[in-house]
Parts: sequence; structure tokens; C-alpha cells
Amino acid sequence: MKGKFFLKEKIIKNIFLLSSLTSIFFLVGISLILFKEGLPLFREINFIKFLWGKSWYPTCDPPEFGVLPLILGSFWITLGALIIAVPLGISAAIYISELATPKVRNFLKLAIEMLTGIPSVIYGFLGIVVLGPWLQNLLDLPIGLCSLTASLLLALMTIPTITSLSEEALFSVSKDYKEASYALGATKWETIIKVIVPAAFSGISTAVLLGMGRAIGETMTVLMVAGGAAVIPRSFLQPARPITATIALEMGEAVVGSSHYHALFSLACILFMVSLALNLTADYFLTKFRRTSQ
Amino acid sequence: MKRIILILTLACLILTLMISISQAGEGQLVVQGSTTVLPIAQAAAEVFMQNNPQANISVRGGGSGNGIAALIEGTCDIADASRPMKVKEILLCQKKGISPVPHIVAMDGIAIIVHSSNPIQGLNIEEIKDIYTGKISNWKELGGEDRKIVVVSRDSSSGTFETFEKIVLKGKKVIPESLAQASNQTVATVISTTKGAIGYVGLGYISNTVKALPVNGVIPERKTVVSGKYPISRPLYMYTDGAPQGVAKDFLKFICSKEGQKIVEKQGFVPLSF
Repeated sequence: MKGKFFLKEKIIKNIFLLSSLTSIFFLVGISLILFKEGLPLFREINFIKFLWGKSWYPTCDPPEFGVLPLILGSFWITLGALIIAVPLGISAAIYISELATPKVRNFLKLAIEMLTGIPSVIYGFLGIVVLGPWLQNLLDLPIGLCSLTASLLLALMTIPTITSLSEEALFSVSKDYKEASYALGATKWETIIKVIVPAAFSGISTAVLLGMGRAIGETMTVLMVAGGAAVIPRSFLQPARPITATIALEMGEAVVGSSHYHALFSLACILFMVSLALNLTADYFLTKFRRTSQ
Repeated sequence: MKRIILILTLACLILTLMISISQAGEGQLVVQGSTTVLPIAQAAAEVFMQNNPQANISVRGGGSGNGIAALIEGTCDIADASRPMKVKEILLCQKKGISPVPHIVAMDGIAIIVHSSNPIQGLNIEEIKDIYTGKISNWKELGGEDRKIVVVSRDSSSGTFETFEKIVLKGKKVIPESLAQASNQTVATVISTTKGAIGYVGLGYISNTVKALPVNGVIPERKTVVSGKYPISRPLYMYTDGAPQGVAKDFLKFICSKEGQKIVEKQGFVPLSF
């Protein structure tokens, strides 16, 4: 009887082990495939030329694979999104965690969670139909599909990530700190700015980094609203083309096994490494945050 | 993030499994490729399956390159393409022992479109080329309003772009500032909302929200494309491995029949002389 019970236990344990290993298997598999398909490009062109090249003409003869405008396009739009989303997201988190009454707090949390649930294609659609033309009229632009439109929409998409993670970090700051601050005669404002926010700093950094990861990996929205001009961005009012949009735009039609195909995989490698680096840094901050808050 | 990747990969696996299962069996036909040819293939497949209940045709898009790759890999029976095969693709076919046979199923014209408020009455190929290569950057230079030209193009690997590049640009490069859009429909949408914009779309995408310009004095319409007068036009292909057999043969025959060409016309393309 007992032996049977243990056997069952063992089987269940191994099933769970196996399912946790599958995710590692897939992660390794994906990176292997990305590099296997991406690296052959460098038999044909120089790596430095790929990274620092300023023109992207993959189907011309001879083709040019300069990805600098695409990489900068990704970072440019993400930067714009963070400039908007970080202050808004963190202030919202402070309000929810420190100032709101429990009722308001629950309502706001729910509303922000729901914002996460909106598919990105809907944001893109809103960008094309509403935000783009509106900005075009307002700022008298030649075209409404530009970095600014993309950044605004990406900001909207990253605010939930930044707010809910920052809120968690702020909320888990030990009550002792707060009470000690009040006991020293600090006001609510002083306590928030000088005690709670610094104590939750690493948690907030994690939130920002994960939000950045979300923004840089976002594909559908930027494909639809960023304009898609492969030039080095110089202003937020110009169209730009991020890495993700380029891959989505060109992969379907690229000749399999051609250097264009390999170049798109190399781009995917770059994107993969950037988001991996962001996630790892976020993880580092998170473990640090756990240590300091305990 | 990792979880999303996992889910996606699983979904892909299941999908490929389903596809490989669905490919077995008689009367099955997989058509894949160009998004331009997709509406023709889809509408024709629907009617064909009604007439032949034993046939089961699944139609997918993905792009010309994608469809040809699938034909080479043996995962589809008919590859839709809005361009002829490239040398590299033909070499790959030879390597895999596949002999691609092209079938022209329809004609398509590429129309040059501008915002409906644009006073320009027509352009010639040379002027269009100068706009797309950046030599002309203001409508004023063409006798229009003093407004910056917003150049709208397609992703450089789409069949529409390739035809446009071959006929209009003749190997010159599009300025990098041009907006690359993912489909004919999005090009039309951008043009309809942007006053200074110029773009190109398949004939089927002309609507009254945009203005289609005559090129070299020829209006882009069915008649001028069929007669070959309109300069920016192209044939649309379906490729098979060797001479088509069974359902594939019947299906291609159907598309080229009078009834099939009516469908082609209904989808906004130009039928092959009927």
C-alpha cells in the first residue's frame, strides 16, 4: 500500500520535472535555431558592416544589410515610450500603493490589469485610425505614422507592466520603515519620496526593465504605426522602423536560404539577446530587491 | 516572455502536426503563397469545392517566397506567386529534384495612387521614378501644391514591390525615408489619410477614397492592362511540381475557365482575355 503511494508520488514528481524541463528545452532549441539560421550571413558579409551599416536594401542587387537604422529605430521608439511611461507608471503605482483607499486601489488595479489584456493589434488599429491622423493635424506633420505615435501607444502598453510591478515593490516595503519615518516627524510626502521609493528602488528598476523588454519586443503595433522608414531616427516626428517590424514585414516573402533570410534571422538574434539581457538584469535587480526588503 | 515563447512554439508544433495530417488523403490540395493571389485562390477554391464535394482545398497566404519555399519542401501542391521564380529558387528546385511549372492565372496592374484632394492629373514613369528615388520631393516641382511628398512603398520583398521596382525604378533604390507598409490595404489607408502621400497598389485596391493617376497618359483599368497599354502590369502565377495532376489539374483548369476568370474579375484583377 505504502509502496504504491510512493510510486505514484514519484511518477507525478517526474511528470512535473519533465514539464519544467520542456521550457528549458524550447529555450535552448530556439536560440540554437536562431543562431544556426543567422550566422551563415557572416560568411557573405562582414559583421561590423552588418552592425554599423547605415542602409538596409535587402533585395537590391547587390543587397545591403546595414541594420544600424533598425536597431536605433527600436531603441528610439522604446526610449520615447519609456519617457512617457516611467513617470506615469511610477506615479500611478505610488498613488495606488500609498494614497488610495482600499476600494479605489482595487478598482484601479483591475482597470490597469484590463489594459494589459488588450491585444496589440487593437492598439495599432487605434494608432492608424485615431491617433495618427489626430497628431498629423495637431502638429501639422506630413504624415501621422511616426516614432511619436508608436512611442505613445507603446507607453500605453508598458504602463500596466511598470505600474503593477512597481506597486508590488512599493507595497512590500516593510511597515517598520514607514512608521519609523512618521515617528521622526516626516510628512506623508517626505516618507514616500525619501523612504518608500528608495527602499523599493530595485523593485521599481525591475519593473522599468521588464516594461522596456515589452516595448522593444512589441511587433504588431510598431509595424502598423511607426511608418516603416529604415532611416537613422533624428526626431520623434519622423517615421522609423524597429527590428521587430522589419522581421514581420519581410520574413513572409524572403527566399528561404537566401542572405536576406539569414539577415532577418541575425536581426532576430540581436533582438533575442537584447531581451535576454534585459530580463537577466531585471532578474538581478529582483533578487537584490528581495534581499534588501527582508 | 519565456512562457510566451513556449506557448508559441507549442502552437507551431501542433499546427505543423495538423498540417501534415491534413495533407494525407485523396482529393486534398494545399495552395500557399502570394498575398496578392490569395483572394483569387480563396474565392476559386470555395466555388470549386461546392462543385466537387470530394475535393478539399486549403488555401494559405504567407507571401510568394513562402509559397515557393513550401513547394520546394513539398508541403504544398500549388504555390501562388506574384512574380516569376528567381534563379536562386530554380537552382534550389533542381537540387531537390522538383520541376516547377508556371501557370498564369490572371493579370494585375499596379496603380499609382495619391490623396483624393491632390490636383495632379497624371505622371509618367520617369517622374514616378524621380519621386521614389528622392530627386523630386515636393509636389510643387510637378506643378502641384507646395507640399512635401510622402513616399509610401511596400516591404522590399513583396511581389508588388518587386514588379514596381523592375518596371518603374529599373534597379534604382527607393529612398530610405519611404514608408514601408505591409499590405496593399495599409498603403491605401495611409494614402487616403495623408494629403501629400503617393503610393502604389494592385488594381483591386483602387477605391473612391484615393485618386488613381494615369501613367504615361494611360488610365489604370482592366482594358488598358489586358491590352498591354498600361505600363505597370504583371501576370500572376500558380506553380506546380511537374505537370499538374488530379485535383490540382482540375483546380487550375477551373481557374482558367470562363467561370474561374469571372471570379478573378470579381476580386478586382484582370482576367486573361475573355
